[in-house]
Amino acid sequence: MKKTISVLVENHFGVLTHVSGLFSARGFNIDSLTVGETEDPSISRMTIVAEGDEKTLEQVKKQLNKLIDTIKVIDLTEEDFIGRELILVKVKLDPKNRSEIVQIADTFQAKIDDARKDTAVIEVTGDENKIKSFIEMIRPFGIVEMVRTGRIAMGRK
Amino acid sequence: MKMTGAKIFIESLKKEGVEVIFGYPGGVVLPIFDAFYDSDIKFILTRHEQGAAHAADGYARATGKVGVCLATSGPGATNLVTGLATANMDSVPVVAFTGQVKTSLIGNDAFQEVDVSGITRPISKHNYLVKDVKNLTTVIKNAFHIASTGRPGVVVVDLPVDIQIQETDFQYPEKAEIRGYKPTCKGHIGQIKKACKLIANSKRPLLYVGGGVIISGATDKLAEFVEKTGIPVTMTLMGLGAFPGTHKLSLGMLGMHGTAYANHAVQESDLIIAVGARFDDRVTGKIDEFAPHAKIIHIDIDPCAISKNVTVDIPIVGDANSVLSDFNKYTQKPDISEWHKQIEAWKKKFPLSYKNDSRLRPQYVVEEIYNITKGKAIITTEVGQNQMWAAQFYKYDTPRQFVSSGGLGTMGYGFPAAIGAQMGCPKKTVFDIAGDGSIQMNIQELTTAVINKLPVKVAILNNGCLGMVRQWQELFYKKRYSHTMLESCPDFVKLAEAYGAVGMRITKKSDVKKAIKKALDIKGPVLMDFRVEPEENVFPMVPAGQPINKMIGALA
Repeated sequence: MKKTISVLVENHFGVLTHVSGLFSARGFNIDSLTVGETEDPSISRMTIVAEGDEKTLEQVKKQLNKLIDTIKVIDLTEEDFIGRELILVKVKLDPKNRSEIVQIADTFQAKIDDARKDTAVIEVTGDENKIKSFIEMIRPFGIVEMVRTGRIAMGRK
Repeated sequence: MKMTGAKIFIESLKKEGVEVIFGYPGGVVLPIFDAFYDSDIKFILTRHEQGAAHAADGYARATGKVGVCLATSGPGATNLVTGLATANMDSVPVVAFTGQVKTSLIGNDAFQEVDVSGITRPISKHNYLVKDVKNLTTVIKNAFHIASTGRPGVVVVDLPVDIQIQETDFQYPEKAEIRGYKPTCKGHIGQIKKACKLIANSKRPLLYVGGGVIISGATDKLAEFVEKTGIPVTMTLMGLGAFPGTHKLSLGMLGMHGTAYANHAVQESDLIIAVGARFDDRVTGKIDEFAPHAKIIHIDIDPCAISKNVTVDIPIVGDANSVLSDFNKYTQKPDISEWHKQIEAWKKKFPLSYKNDSRLRPQYVVEEIYNITKGKAIITTEVGQNQMWAAQFYKYDTPRQFVSSGGLGTMGYGFPAAIGAQMGCPKKTVFDIAGDGSIQMNIQELTTAVINKLPVKVAILNNGCLGMVRQWQELFYKKRYSHTMLESCPDFVKLAEAYGAVGMRITKKSDVKKAIKKALDIKGPVLMDFRVEPEENVFPMVPAGQPINKMIGALA
């Protein structure tokens, strides 16, 4: 199973190493990890998507809590949350598929960040399902390169 | 008042009540050592940084205070690693200071530079790299707070040499304020009452007690609980002394080399009350067959330890002393006279034993040390057979008497740890029970003991081999003794004398008593080379992968 965990940490030098070191030392699997400042510049928020069984994921939360730099651990999987990710996809262009690709981008409310003779970079933001669907739609045209931010999330409460 | 970082370092340690520092100098700690020259703080110069780390650890275990060690950068810091990992695994409060190259050179592969934070991250509770002298006092305050509270551990503070020279005003914080660190001390009353109900109705309850009881200072509350309930007690290696070993309700140690009666009690129990212990694999044996009939109450200050290996029925996060105090308010005496009779029967059928003949056997040496010191010495151990016999044949009635590397199992730990323990407890008798393999790993600390007049007694159970590994080769590898024969080298008596200590060789069983008495009368360190039976084994033994009631050698 997958868990989305939001961790508030001190915005100190070395905190990211402590967290990623913890995961590698204990053999936990991370799908994605993003981190950034919050409204309080002394606090950063990490959003981690981890994979494992119930028991392992319990240990993940406990071990994260144990770190001195961790202020709070929120298991968003148990709450109602808003999850978003941004991806940039460089796709192959030729005169035959150009308009179809633009149509797909429109459907997903995507932006075209860069367009050249034979490639275009499309930017898509959305929840897990939207991102997954977009990638499946665009894949047949030929994905040259793709980069993802990983999920950020916030509880609805 | 403006001070250099080096002076601030010393003044901060004084504010923390530090009485002794173990360490070794080097290039990037010169400013600190220069400041030591004018200070009256006690500094013990060891002969290897590993010795300094183990000494700080032994000091901490024997006194309950935070142990402090100091090394230079690069190889000095990496030489501390084994010692810090040893301390951290056993939750010992140690603050380690390492010098570092100047801040502008960090990351440049400078001379004697290593990434200390990166290397020690997995073996410490927390670590700091001080980049501004203005943060130094806060870092030191926080380091001592983190090391000594909650589940204690190792904190590493990396001090670049330019920080040691920079000046700022000295202001020591009153309190450590770390918003991400607030250990839970008081147990949940609802859980405690639930647990007491289970206890009242149990027929075969057992207390399984670990190092956490000693760390928490909970031995009195535990004794009171046992008095109220009559529940028998078994201890882990780290928990020896948490409950008096000579008490009739003590079952001694459990697990891989524990007593057979403790192991049978666990497997037949209907309720296990775990206090400050972590269900380590040396204790549980085959984990899915551990305590098959028992409900489990688990009291621990570290939430990570609860339900990590074994699923627990009533988890209680809290400090052992506080939780046991609450237990004593609500608990009732269960009706367990049949259980007591069963345990007495097991004790009669499966006592700890060894062949009592004319040959000089290692267990006899430990027994005589126990008798002659009247069970009141501080015993440190190395690792392997010597460690197990010290756990089995010396009975510990008080906490902080048994000092041994349990979690990491570090050979070479016992001797420097004994030095640290002797520093912390100058009026006590300190014995290191060693093997001929282990003692050589930090033998250089004989200088430290001699020069600082620390009268540590080392009892080498010399069987000419790496005992525990040889035992496994005998039992599981058809006696193919691959590289476990140590050739009875060196001549320990000559070696002791070369260092200025007293050396003794004992080859006959009839000479053991007087040798020990003589050693105790000598006002300095003594190295005793007991030539013991070479193929003696530690029994009982739970082989790897077996449940703990399937022991080898349980019957006399």
